[in-house]
Amino acid sequence: MLIFEHSRPGRRNYSQSPATAASTAKIPQNLLRKSPVLLPEVSEMDTVRHYTRLSQKNFSIDTEFYPLGSCTMKYNPRACNSLAMLPQFLSRHPLAPEDTGQGFLACMYELQETLKAITGMAGVSLTPMAGAQGELIGVMMIRAYHEARGDFARTEIIVPDAAHGTNPATAVMCGFKVVEIATDKEGNVDLAALKAAVGPQTAGLMLTNPSTLGVFEKNVAEMSRVVHQAGGLLYYDGANLNAVLGKVKPGDMGFDIIHINLHKTFSTPHGGGGPGSAPVGVAERLLPFMPIPIVAKDGNTYRWVTEKEKPQSIGRLSAHMGNAGVLLRAYIYIRLLGMHGMHRISEFATLNANYLMAELSKAGFEIAYPTRRASHEFIVTLKDIKDKTGVTAMHLAKRLLDKGYHAPTTYFPMLVPECLLIEPAETESKETLDAFVKSMKEILQEIELQPDLVKGAPHTMPVRKLDDVKAARELDLAWKPSA
Amino acid sequence: MPFIPHTEEDIAEMLASIGAKTIEELFDEIPKELISGELTGVPPGLSEMEISRLMMERATTDGFYQNFIGAGAYEHHIPAAVWQITTRGEFYSSYTPYQAEASQGTLQLLYEYQTMMASLTGMDVSNASMYDGATALAEAALMAVRSHKSSRRILIPKTVHPVYRQVVRAIVSNQKIEVVELPFNTQSGQIEPGSLSDFANEEFAALVIPQPNFFGVLEQVDALTDWAHSKNAFAIGVVNPTALALLTPPGEWGSKGADIAVGEGQPLGIPLSSGGPYFGFMACKNDLVRQMPGRIIGRTTDLDNKPGFVLTLQAREQHIRRSKATSNICTNQGLMVTAATIFMSLLGPEGLRRVAAQSHANTLELVEQLAKINGVKRTFSGPVFHEAALTLAAPVAEVLSKLKQKGILGGLDLQGHYPELGNALLVCATETKTKNDLQNYAEALKHAIG
Repeated sequence: MLIFEHSRPGRRNYSQSPATAASTAKIPQNLLRKSPVLLPEVSEMDTVRHYTRLSQKNFSIDTEFYPLGSCTMKYNPRACNSLAMLPQFLSRHPLAPEDTGQGFLACMYELQETLKAITGMAGVSLTPMAGAQGELIGVMMIRAYHEARGDFARTEIIVPDAAHGTNPATAVMCGFKVVEIATDKEGNVDLAALKAAVGPQTAGLMLTNPSTLGVFEKNVAEMSRVVHQAGGLLYYDGANLNAVLGKVKPGDMGFDIIHINLHKTFSTPHGGGGPGSAPVGVAERLLPFMPIPIVAKDGNTYRWVTEKEKPQSIGRLSAHMGNAGVLLRAYIYIRLLGMHGMHRISEFATLNANYLMAELSKAGFEIAYPTRRASHEFIVTLKDIKDKTGVTAMHLAKRLLDKGYHAPTTYFPMLVPECLLIEPAETESKETLDAFVKSMKEILQEIELQPDLVKGAPHTMPVRKLDDVKAARELDLAWKPSA
Repeated sequence: MPFIPHTEEDIAEMLASIGAKTIEELFDEIPKELISGELTGVPPGLSEMEISRLMMERATTDGFYQNFIGAGAYEHHIPAAVWQITTRGEFYSSYTPYQAEASQGTLQLLYEYQTMMASLTGMDVSNASMYDGATALAEAALMAVRSHKSSRRILIPKTVHPVYRQVVRAIVSNQKIEVVELPFNTQSGQIEPGSLSDFANEEFAALVIPQPNFFGVLEQVDALTDWAHSKNAFAIGVVNPTALALLTPPGEWGSKGADIAVGEGQPLGIPLSSGGPYFGFMACKNDLVRQMPGRIIGRTTDLDNKPGFVLTLQAREQHIRRSKATSNICTNQGLMVTAATIFMSLLGPEGLRRVAAQSHANTLELVEQLAKINGVKRTFSGPVFHEAALTLAAPVAEVLSKLKQKGILGGLDLQGHYPELGNALLVCATETKTKNDLQNYAEALKHAIG
């Protein structure tokens, strides 16, 4: 039932809005709204019940194992939420003077400095509001850097075929042409193809390392040399930074610009699809182009760096300062874990991934890159199973829901057929991983004995398999009251 | 180990299964010369008690103020139920609903949100949110250019939020789209529809129309929308969602209605929190839906013909179309939209109308009281919603500093963005202010300016 179907004309929550209806006589008649607003007329209790019930139809980290590859679904410590929601932080207006927000700004400054130390970059700006916006800002800085040197010939961005869809989409949004580079059999970027692709037209290379194939790009130093020699810049998509935290710094790998998904590595909530937050870091030579605002510290006072001090900045990319509340949660998380905790993120994420890969391999699943170590994630391919039985990766994914697990990422990266990208994350226990393997084995048996059971999954969710084709053909994007 | 459940025994068994001796060995594919040492730049970890104390100290340092600043972020009462439900783990710790059957809660909520926003803006369809109001406007500009096909120019009045204009410029300039600024009437604080005749021979993909505008002043939206359409340009409304409970929605502007409506969703139950996370909303007419960026939820049926909800029209999006996507947007502001949907349900049409009307009335009352003070007058003559500009006889920065000592944040100094207006101050009094608060402000301003 939709919230609108609980609605009764004239029902209202009297405590939550003004007791009287103030006059609107000073608003010109022709500007006043004549049509009704379709909001439900429901009691507070109805609202609470309705949305509590809806919440119960969701899988989440708090309720299920959620090994969604490349998304890093790990436990979000509750303290990060409750402390970021202290009333003083919540009530602070973004345009309030700096001296009324020194406590908040201190957190932001320390977060900036800590992220610099973790990534080995010379400067960090906290403004990007999601990974894709971090990428946009990063690629805008690539453009600004080349243009500031009077080089307008660099019109291409190189992207490996295993990259997140946001990489090529971002490059195009920034007005660049995308050149896609293939991956070799071992899961590395094809170095010969890269060498052939670079030239005076190369603005930069966008790379995720470890890649979305769940392996470390072994030739990263050589790739860096090739791109830099051609005059291009190296962009690090930090989607998988959690796999190498405290092991390798993007700055040491030769990257000029990076973004860090705080909602992945630093465990800020995914919120059913956001808000994210993706600070960008830059090497020395790109400092002048960073987006504003940035927090500065003069003596013991914190303040915003503005346009005046950064005349070459690519500018502002949000109305205020980005997702402040998400940044606070990441700050609290980093302080809770501390230096050793940072190292443990990558160590235990990697341990869990390699263990799960080993166990699933023993259980009879085909690993896409069996000769490689897993990073924090790895790929299982169901190509053989599909050829033999007709059961696809999506069928298996749906059957996992019945077993009480959120499915791994399916059909990404696109170059591995029938793939499941599995990322367990460091916060899961061995028992959970073992139970997951047990369920995967059961499904393997079901595929053999009752393939239709798997193909018809899910069977235990609030709805059975939904018709995506109908959704796109017969668009129903907003409810309409029946006449 | 904080947030890591592994016992020594677990680790040993896991390594044995993998066939590795140490965890360190699992990193043996990383070239040795790249391995960094300890992350000494990160301070040692704190217990939950210690971090709680630190954060409470910092929050206390910042304290509380009586806030009269608006300028794109508005203080409204947020019912207690909104964030109690929003932070339930099932909403807070889930992700983009890629597995529809296991995400019906988020998906149905987003469908309800789309319904509410489509109605509030008077449009046919809404997406599931953008990052914020400024980026929503930039995406609307890109959407208009993609749909228009012949012009790559956008006309934006100077009465649009100045930072929104900066963000639009920063984003669309990458695609060689030109932003042309339209001056305003400094008497009324409005766009003068007559001034558009200067552009009679020029082509634009879109005209941006703010309602209310950055000064709180109401624009003559019907004439502006009709002008855009007479020029074969799209009309993009940038609107305040609270105001829409009172004002004609963009979908009903002029004879045909605006084509795209965007704005900042923060007033719908999102705390001010130093500027984010907020959310941007975007709605449009049916014929533009395939050019709309971002997630869109559709209602469909399952194998038993039971209704259910899915992400739809994904062929527009980066994870499918890669370089040919309508936008690079992936993660949006889902949790903020969860809060906004619960907020709008709790308020209902009459509640939201009362919040809007009371905010409007409080601002008029404040302006009336302040304009009685010697050295204070209204800057513009145009009608306002819940914000207004005042011209002071003294430098605004000095006045604001004196008010701050009394615990009042008196508004936004317009000097930075509009030096041509002289000593101008933008004030806002929402429904959260009492008669007493307004009187206190007037008293304090009298002293500060005297």
